[in-house]
Amino acid sequence: MTRRIIGPFNRVEGDLEVTLDIESGRVRAAYVNSPMYRGFEQILAGKHPLDALVFVPRICGICSVAQSAAAAQALAQCMGIQPPVNGRLAANLTVAAENLADHLSHFYLFFMPDFARDGYGDRPWFADVQSRFKSVTGSAAGDVLPVRAKFMNVMGYLAGRWPHTLSLQPGGSTRAIEEAEKLRLKILLSEFRGFLEQTLFGDRLEAVTSLDSEAALYKWMKPRAKRADFPRFLNIARDLGLQHIGRATDRFISYGAYSDGEAALFPAGLWADDRLQALDIGAIREDVTSSWMTGDHSLHPSEGYTLPLPDKEDAYSWCKAPRLSGQVVETGALARQMVAGHPLVRDLVGRHGASVTARVVARMLELALVLPVMETWLRQFLPGDSYCHPATEIEDARGVGLVEAARGGLGHWLDVRNGKIYNYQIIAPTTWNFSPRDAAGEPGALEQALVGLEADEGGNAAPLAVQHVVRSFDPCMVCTVH
Amino acid sequence: MENRPLNLLWLQSGGCGGCTLSLLNADCRNLFDTLRGLGINLLWHPSLSEQSADEAMAIIESCASGATRLDILCLEGSVLKGPFGSGGFHRRTGSVSMMSMIERLARVAQHTVAVGSCAAFGGVTAAGINPADACGMQYDGDAQGGLLGEEYRAAAGLPVINIAGCPTHPNWVIETLVAVAQGEMFEDNLDVFRRPRLFSDHLVHHGCKRNEFYEFKASACKPSDLGCLMEHMGCKGTQVHADCNIRLWNGEGSCTRGGYACIACTEPGFEEPGHAFGVTPKIAGIPIGLPTDMPKAWFVALAALSKSATPKRVKENAVADHQVVTPANKRTRLK
Repeated sequence: MTRRIIGPFNRVEGDLEVTLDIESGRVRAAYVNSPMYRGFEQILAGKHPLDALVFVPRICGICSVAQSAAAAQALAQCMGIQPPVNGRLAANLTVAAENLADHLSHFYLFFMPDFARDGYGDRPWFADVQSRFKSVTGSAAGDVLPVRAKFMNVMGYLAGRWPHTLSLQPGGSTRAIEEAEKLRLKILLSEFRGFLEQTLFGDRLEAVTSLDSEAALYKWMKPRAKRADFPRFLNIARDLGLQHIGRATDRFISYGAYSDGEAALFPAGLWADDRLQALDIGAIREDVTSSWMTGDHSLHPSEGYTLPLPDKEDAYSWCKAPRLSGQVVETGALARQMVAGHPLVRDLVGRHGASVTARVVARMLELALVLPVMETWLRQFLPGDSYCHPATEIEDARGVGLVEAARGGLGHWLDVRNGKIYNYQIIAPTTWNFSPRDAAGEPGALEQALVGLEADEGGNAAPLAVQHVVRSFDPCMVCTVH
Repeated sequence: MENRPLNLLWLQSGGCGGCTLSLLNADCRNLFDTLRGLGINLLWHPSLSEQSADEAMAIIESCASGATRLDILCLEGSVLKGPFGSGGFHRRTGSVSMMSMIERLARVAQHTVAVGSCAAFGGVTAAGINPADACGMQYDGDAQGGLLGEEYRAAAGLPVINIAGCPTHPNWVIETLVAVAQGEMFEDNLDVFRRPRLFSDHLVHHGCKRNEFYEFKASACKPSDLGCLMEHMGCKGTQVHADCNIRLWNGEGSCTRGGYACIACTEPGFEEPGHAFGVTPKIAGIPIGLPTDMPKAWFVALAALSKSATPKRVKENAVADHQVVTPANKRTRLK
């Protein structure tokens, strides 16, 4: 058996290192290390509660708005207030814009360039894919960067800027949208739709969302495999059998996304044992057995703490190991759509389990699903109605903020005492997905997903299959440990 | 200078990656082409380059050893010195601390650039109890020192160039890199905190859409109000060095246009203002932080006068989230 350490793992947001035990050309065990600790939970202790809105977005440059939204929700719960309709619409649009931009960046900038590596030089699609997706020099970068930047102009109107806005407040949004600005936002969304339909999908968004099975997906792909980017991926994925790699535990959680105050566009839930179940937030525990953290017991985040213990024996990551009822779960776009019940995603997972292909399909599907809803939200603003209720002082209160970032469920647990933050605990999406082993020795989701992959014992470079599986989770490492 | 592209190596440490994500918002056709066209060869970037693991380490090692000429070293994120000066809060493969790797590279780089307030001054990562013992490359807050020390000069002769901001504006980064690549960056182009003056010679207040409210001290009282954010809402825009309201963010945005205070993210130590961010500290009803270059007596006198002369339109709009009174139309030709 050979042990190989693969790092720094790039084109993930932040720092990552993966240790692989390889035997007979296959990964026998994987150990995922999040190698950086900054200590946001310790930084937040003692601060004025509303100051959380300054600090938490700066946990992460790629899901900064999701962090803001989670904090705003936790603070609102402490204050016992709810945003007005316009405030909620503005927040949903802001979170959705970030999530869609993240899905797009992940696909074009982080994930696809691996298929342009020399290792695939013998595949029939290689020349086309290399000229399109080669990192930095590929033609796709020139197409997608200006489109993404233009789309992010919606943040200029809704949030002042991105990343790191203070527009999302417990009482709603600081930024009321003028009538003329609604038109400009409408134009921006329409331009983005044009790019998605022409370049990414080669079809109407509504045609993409109506695909309901693996068979329908590949049938749809065929005539488009050389003229649009998502079909290009599907063609590659089928050739390489990516639907057969990357399975973790097939237990999925979603906190629910884009609530209108009563119901969420993508509801909360747990998908496990092939059925949809209620998600019990009270059953979350964070285990620190393999983390460079102090603590003897697994604690619920409302009671938890985060204190580093750098030289702890047998620990190998700064990441904690969150578990739901003691079990390893996966979160992300795939989990969200499994719980929401999209037929295409349910069919893919039903046939093969979770996979590299299924995770990418779920993200692309969300681009097609959410943009039309954003167009609808834009029409629902109530002219003249307020955007923000004033915040109230918090003396002693607890609050929870649960949102869906692009890459999955993000939770903030806030405890305010004597007007100051007494405890603030955060579980980010990649904390779930890239967690280390727990007290029972059970590996985290990625650690399980890597087992069995082909890997060269003596090789110098990271095995390609390993790279695809790691990046299929769209990891955000700066969030993971924070 | 010789006509060859400059090699740029970009590393990330104790930060959020937000300056890179902000850079991708740049208003140019293709960021990579733009850099290439202006004489910059991107050797490696953690979020954008193909090379991973061993391939990436080989590039970094080649720079550190001098085999590849390192013209520009960019660091995003603060330097993590903890625990106990070991740098162990950010280890790179092979148990090398990121701190020691940054130091090695900075010793050979022709130019060293701190991208963002974390890399420049320590930033948000150094807030509170500063659990990871974070600092900037050549500053620790507003004190010189940091990782590299007060005396440090990159090989070409300049100290660390601090492109401050949390995050940085994409064009601050691009323009600074271009100035360096074109041989047009000198010590005179940097301000007292070594920020490129191409953005720090302005105040956030310049171009602020709320200036009419400022003139009349017609102040916002709650989030989403249109009025000036200085008196009650914690805005430091009249004191902060940056051109955020001149060049704008994400098209037509900025913090004050977004409805919230400028929290001074381009200034060293902004992360610990000593008061709640959203509340203006005052003594006897007068904000402690007065506008830059404004004598206090004048400010107090002018504020009292302008408050007493505030037009109805300005007064009412200041505490509303949309214009409740629009500017009057005159029926005669304007003179």
